[in-house]
Amino acid sequence: MSKKIDYFAHHPISAIVKGLVWLAALVTAVVLVFIVGFILVKGIPNLKPSLFAFKYTSDNVSLMPALVNTLIVTALALVIAVPVGIFAAIFLVEYAKKGSRLVSLVRITAETLSGIPSIVFGLFGLLFFTTTLGWGFSLMSGAFTLVIMILPLIMRTTEEALLAVPDAYREASYGVGAGKLRTIFRVVLPTGIPGILSGVVLATGRIVGETAALLYTASTVAQVPSSLFGSGRTLAVHMYVLSNEGLHMGEAYATAVVLIVLVLLLNWLSSLLAGLLMKGQK
Amino acid sequence: MTQKFSEKNKESLALKNHPSDGGSACVPNFLRKLGQDMRFVFLIAACFSILAVALICVFLFANGIPTMVKIGIPDFLLGTTWKPSNNIYGILPFILGSVYVTAGSIVIGVPIAMLTAIFLAFYCPKQIYSPLKSMINLLAGIPSVVYGFFGMVWIVPTMKSIIGSSGSTMLTACILLGIMILPTVIGVMEPALRSVPDSYYEGSLALGATHERSVFCIILPAAKSGVIAGIVLGIGRSIGETMAVIMVAGNQTWMPQGLLKGVRTMTANIVIEMGYASGLHRQALIATGVVLFVFILIINLSVSLLKRRSEHE
Repeated sequence: MSKKIDYFAHHPISAIVKGLVWLAALVTAVVLVFIVGFILVKGIPNLKPSLFAFKYTSDNVSLMPALVNTLIVTALALVIAVPVGIFAAIFLVEYAKKGSRLVSLVRITAETLSGIPSIVFGLFGLLFFTTTLGWGFSLMSGAFTLVIMILPLIMRTTEEALLAVPDAYREASYGVGAGKLRTIFRVVLPTGIPGILSGVVLATGRIVGETAALLYTASTVAQVPSSLFGSGRTLAVHMYVLSNEGLHMGEAYATAVVLIVLVLLLNWLSSLLAGLLMKGQK
Repeated sequence: MTQKFSEKNKESLALKNHPSDGGSACVPNFLRKLGQDMRFVFLIAACFSILAVALICVFLFANGIPTMVKIGIPDFLLGTTWKPSNNIYGILPFILGSVYVTAGSIVIGVPIAMLTAIFLAFYCPKQIYSPLKSMINLLAGIPSVVYGFFGMVWIVPTMKSIIGSSGSTMLTACILLGIMILPTVIGVMEPALRSVPDSYYEGSLALGATHERSVFCIILPAAKSGVIAGIVLGIGRSIGETMAVIMVAGNQTWMPQGLLKGVRTMTANIVIEMGYASGLHRQALIATGVVLFVFILIINLSVSLLKRRSEHE
């Protein structure tokens, strides 16, 4: 201990720097705990059963329709994005020649997509799905906008998961006479499943929290629409509208709690799955 | 027979670029055909992202650029007044607003993120590492509306009680965005710092430098490209952030007048007015999105260049 004090007495700047590094880490942790804690403490008392009523009225701004819409949009977006993302990753890992121009183009565009902010996706969705394709403000438009948004995420996580499958597995599969396709679907994909799922769960988290891309595609009607071509707000949009109106702050707090709890659960699930993949490799 | 077998084997071992499905004689023809077809299915799936980027570019530019020309490119980009009711569409206030807010969030967020990344890579005791890491991941997962809501119900009133007037200011937005970019920046910087070879650190220690000096004067410069990539990615995140900024920044359409005054960014402009805009006004909002998109493309390009360079190192 005295040795340590001696060390820092000789190097005062080092001591200060060390203090700053610890302080920064502490700030990061405290900020998170404070934000989550603040929302939970203020929001949990506002979680009333009436909030989960199936009907939204202007008196009882129930979040149930929004929750149902969120589920619908999530399911729809995943049903399209997951197969496309996985197939694209299969192409990149199992079929494409290294360094081919197509592969680098795919990678560059995927990287570009993952850097585009959600409001730009929203604008595109408004121009393309809502206006040009004539789907109007609808869950369909919203879901398709989200498909483009989460595609690069699913592609990347799947690619990583497939790359992590040892070549010995493929060799063994070929060795017992399986074809390439069978090898991919029976050996490579099942081995990579935890990694792929962890990406899918992460994508779900992004969908659940998305607002800007949905505001002008799925729009803000507070009911569950009768068809996929009807407009409906998701939970995050619901929360934005509530806090924007400023009339139902208690309900907005409660919605924030539901959102945070959902995201916490999804995060936990994702890291659990990623952990499974790591274990599988050992 | 043996020869045939070994041939089959050789073909199967040409692992990744297998000529077709199986390549063995015992596979029925239709299955081999399926293998070929599936290759095309995979190929088409891979081309989806190319298609998406192409469509986004085409639709945004085809809608935005004629509008800009119609309004007059200098009038649009450098005009200081935004009055849709009088058909005056100058978005300079919003461009500057976006730039200022982004710069502010970088000034606030990057030092904390960099030090936290250094902490994670070189200081963190083993027991703290995984909880801290999952906390940072959670920070990345919190939706931006929730951040915005937190800003609205806590940061804005706190600011108000400190500065007296309205709490919805540029500074509030900077602080909130500074928090929001933390996980992004940390996530890029930590691996970059870790990828510096241990021998650099050990060499520095052997020359008598302290742990701190080795980390800050040797490893940090060696990881320069990765660190800068982290900052640029933070800029991209910050400039594209929409909901959180709207909820705390005040959104006045005037030219930015200082840290403690309200400000409107390009993203905020689109979301706030798109709901009721029509005609040229709506087109001008889409053109605002195009300007934002160009900013983002430039930022993306520099990130990928920096990443490539850091891989070379």
